Formats: sequence, C-alpha cells, structure tokens
Amino acid sequence: MSHSTLRILIIDENRIRAAIIEEGLREAGHGEVAVLHDMTGIARRIAEIDPDVIVIDLENPNRDMLESMFQLSRAVKRPIAMFVDRSDSASIEAAIDAGVSAYVIDGLQKHRVKPILDMAISRFNAFSRMARELEEARSELENRRLVERAKGILMKSRGLSEEEAYALLRKTAMNQNRKIVEIAQSLVTTVGLLGPGDKS
Amino acid sequence: MSPDYCVDIGFLPLLDSAVLVAAREKNFAEAEGLDLALVREHSWASIRDRLAVGHFQAAHMLGPMPIAFNLGLAPLAKHTIAPMALGLGGNAVTVSRNLWAAMKDNGASGGFDPASAGVALGKVIAAQSGAGRPRFAVVHPHSGHNYELRYWLAACGIDPDKDVEIVIVPPPLMPDALASGQIEGYCVGEPYNSASAIAGTGRIITTKSMIWRSSPEKVLGVSTNWAEANPDALDRLLRALYRAAQWCGVTSNHEELASLLARPDYIGCPPEWLLPALSGQIWTGDGEVIAMDDFFVPHAKAATFPWKSHALWFYSQMVRWGQVEASPHNEAVARDSYRPDLYRSALGSIGAALPGANAKVEGALTAAVPVGSAGASLVLGPDGFFDGKVFDPDRVTDYLGR
Repeated sequence: MSHSTLRILIIDENRIRAAIIEEGLREAGHGEVAVLHDMTGIARRIAEIDPDVIVIDLENPNRDMLESMFQLSRAVKRPIAMFVDRSDSASIEAAIDAGVSAYVIDGLQKHRVKPILDMAISRFNAFSRMARELEEARSELENRRLVERAKGILMKSRGLSEEEAYALLRKTAMNQNRKIVEIAQSLVTTVGLLGPGDKS
Repeated sequence: MSPDYCVDIGFLPLLDSAVLVAAREKNFAEAEGLDLALVREHSWASIRDRLAVGHFQAAHMLGPMPIAFNLGLAPLAKHTIAPMALGLGGNAVTVSRNLWAAMKDNGASGGFDPASAGVALGKVIAAQSGAGRPRFAVVHPHSGHNYELRYWLAACGIDPDKDVEIVIVPPPLMPDALASGQIEGYCVGEPYNSASAIAGTGRIITTKSMIWRSSPEKVLGVSTNWAEANPDALDRLLRALYRAAQWCGVTSNHEELASLLARPDYIGCPPEWLLPALSGQIWTGDGEVIAMDDFFVPHAKAATFPWKSHALWFYSQMVRWGQVEASPHNEAVARDSYRPDLYRSALGSIGAALPGANAKVEGALTAAVPVGSAGASLVLGPDGFFDGKVFDPDRVTDYLGR
C-alpha cells in the first residue's frame, strides 16, 4: 500500500463524541480527518472525501444504507470491507462493546488500521464513561435537592430542626428498607398532591 | 421463580416483532422458564454485529438474512439458522401523492391490484423518460422487500435496475423520506405504510400479500453456536414464540397487542398505525379502507413454519439480481439455513400444527386447502404469485431459466 497518510472519515451525529475522536486521531498524527454529522448527500460527500477508513457509531440507523452503497461501490472507488481482518475477533468485540463500527478499504494492511480502530474504541469508551459520570453527577445533584426539599417540608410542618428532619428521614428509610432519597421523593410527591404548601 | 435461561434478542421497531413482544409481555417466555430480554436496535447491521459477538443469542431478522450470512455476503456475520418464521406478509408498497396522481392518470385502479398499478407505473416512467428515474427505497439489499418490489416491477415490464432507482432507507425514516421528496416510493413493513396513508402523505398501491399470497417475511435468526450448545433453551424459546404467535392470531387480542407494540420501548408509535395490519382494514391513503384477510398472518396457515421452499425462493432472487452465483453448493447453503427439523422437534410435543413436508411448490394452491398434518389441523394457501408463476423448490435452476 501507499506510504501516504490515511484519510479517515468520522460519521457521528453526536458532535461532542465526533470531536473527541477527531482530536484523538489528530494527536496521534493523523492529519487527514474529516467529520460528517448528518447523512444528507452522504454518497457524494464520501466520494469527495474518498476515505480509506470510515468510523461510524454502531447506533447510526443508516449503516444498512452505507453498507449497501459500499457493496454497489459506485460512489467509492474501491470495495470496502468491515474491519481489516475478520479473524481479529478481540478487536471486533471491543469495538462493538464500545458502540463503534468501522469500514476499511479492502487490501489495507492491518498494522496501519489497527491503531486507528484502537483509538476510536478507547475514545468511544471514554465518551460513554464521561456521559455516565455526567448523568451520575446530575442525579446526585437532583437527589441532594430532593432531600433538601423533604427536610424543609418536615421542618416547616413538624417544627423540627434541620438535624431532626434529616434523622427522621433516615430512620424512616431504615425502617422501610429504602433509600433516603426515595423517602424524600415520596414526601415531596405527597405534599405536591395535597396542594399548596411547599413551593420552594 | 428464577428463570432457567436468559435469552437476549435484538429487534427492529416493526409490527412483525409482535410475536417476540407478546412472548415477553404475555408471559409465554416466563412460563417456559425463560427471561427474554428484548433489545431495540437501529439497523439490521447492528443486529448482525451484536449477534456475531454474542450480545444476542437470537434476533428478529429479514428472511433472507441468515441465508446471506451463511453465503458469506455480509461482513462480520457468524453462521445463523432460522428455526422459525415470525409470520407471513405484512409489507406494502407506498408511493408519493404526486406519483399516485400520475399513475391514476395512466389508468391505475383504485384498489391494491399489483398488475394494474404496475402497468400504470410503467406508463408514467415511459412518459417521464429523460426526467430522471423514480427513486424507490427498500430496507436492505437482502430483504423480502427488495425481492418482492423487484419481482413485481419486473413482472410488469419495469427493469428494477434501469427504469427505477432502488436505494436503502431505514424503516422508521421511510415516511419522512417520502413526505420530503427524497424518494417517490418505498416497500417496507408495517406500520410505516399506514403511517403515510393515515397522514395522507402517501398512497399504498399494493401489498406483499397481493404480490405473493402467504409469503415469507421475518424469521427468528439464531446463532448456530448458541443453538447447538443450548438445545433445551432453544426448544423452550420456540414453544414460547409459538404460543405467542397463537395469541397474536386471535382477533380479540389485537387491541391489546396494538397498545403493547405502540409503547416507546417497542415500536413507539400511535396505536392507530398498528391496527390496520392487525385488523386487515388497510387505509389506502385516499380516505378509504380496503379489507384484506391475509395482509399479515402471525399464526394461521403454518405462518411460523420455516419452509425450505421459502429459503430457496429467497436464494433464487439473490441469484436473479446478481447478489450471488448460482451453484449446487450455494443452493444447499440456502436450504440448510432454514431448520424445520428444529421446529418439529420443539413443537411436536405441544400438538402444534406440523405440515407433512419441509418444502412446498409455491403458487400451487389457488384456494385455502386443508392439508395433512401432525398435531392440530392445518389449512394452507392460497399462496399464488400475482403473475401466475409457480416456484418448484426442486427445480430452482429451471425457475431461473438457466
């Protein structure tokens, strides 16, 4: 194969994830990286970019269309096979676990493609981790707010101090074998249903 | 009670996932000791990939997919078998308002007659020559949709490769692609024909059941490795699905089935989109409803039996449209991809209606005929192609005219 740089196309509707992968590939010295966020006129765009490797998220609903386009292969010059080596099942599993798929020009050598795939896999994993952590942080914040509101309700309606209100929530949770946040949620919902009162 | 087996099954949001959904939601799987996890997927490619790496043990699949996998036509696929079908029919061909208006001007009748629609479409294409070919969409190159659309066009004198353009669009995106003018027509499974007909953005011009009555569509694709290692789990799965199909076939269950399928974790659409196919009251898109008793058949007429003649017809179309070379080896691969033997061994014990043979001459029955069967009594047919041709699975080469 040629010594020239590989042209890599990232197709991902998630702009943040696409940017993270693009950055990773550029840092690893891949200068020719193109990114497409939507599928409008995809055949023409692929023909223009003429990529050696296409990285796409596994959940993209247009993969059947892309694969059929590659098989008919009028838009792209050479036939494209998924991954470079069907026998490399560890890579394939890692990619699918991470939620990424790749299409590679037929005949491309494995050692040229593998680092690109590995980079895409690790960046997809990093993105999922980040999204998960963000979600956890969000729900943590949400939980804390719920407990604060529940405490406020108890302090107001039963004239308790903040510590006493929290102790009551904790005791109720322990007695019912539930989480404090669940008790807080029930309390806030109940008060909401009973009408005007706590609007904090 | 903890389940004996956990089975992960991928599906696409289509009406013919009904048997899978009913097996889980109506507890037929649970009764067999199975914890059935249904995972909604975004493409057939994704179902293939996740089956290949073992995320799924089985999946909702286009009938030709296991054959294409085993013939080596799909990247990354592992050997896959079809021990059960998931119903008969269920697709239709829908065109844009503009194309329908032009077809009407050229003599298309008001119903779903494929011959009349095909002649009219041929005249529209001839009159438009030079103005660009109409663009039709199907869901996958290896699909019943692609083959029935091509079969219908070719039988009406329209060359599917020269006179029209056929592109691939994911099923849920078809109605929007039609409404926005990216395509002029499509062949897809329900509810995505009724979606356009009810919205008034498309006209259903013919149905799969009109092109080929009692014709195969989706199958349960099962990883061969998993099936061989877990014969007991497979038997239980087939029994649960058979009972679910029976339930889906009862008219009084259709409203409940429609509301189950409409849920956001399954198809995620208004229940009204699902009722036409289930009730056989099909909206044309012109404000009328046409009654069809066999638009989608989940259980009757051995609808879940994996006929080898169905596998071989799909293979014949792969050859016809240049997807694979004709050879005795390839023909055997196709035939062996469908496994009525596994269906029989799983379902014999529960008195299921089992046909006397594993293959039949497709198009031989012009009326509903009671046939010899083991277990419950069985009525097959009519199963004719609209052009009167007959497919003899023992004479594939003759059928292909080679």
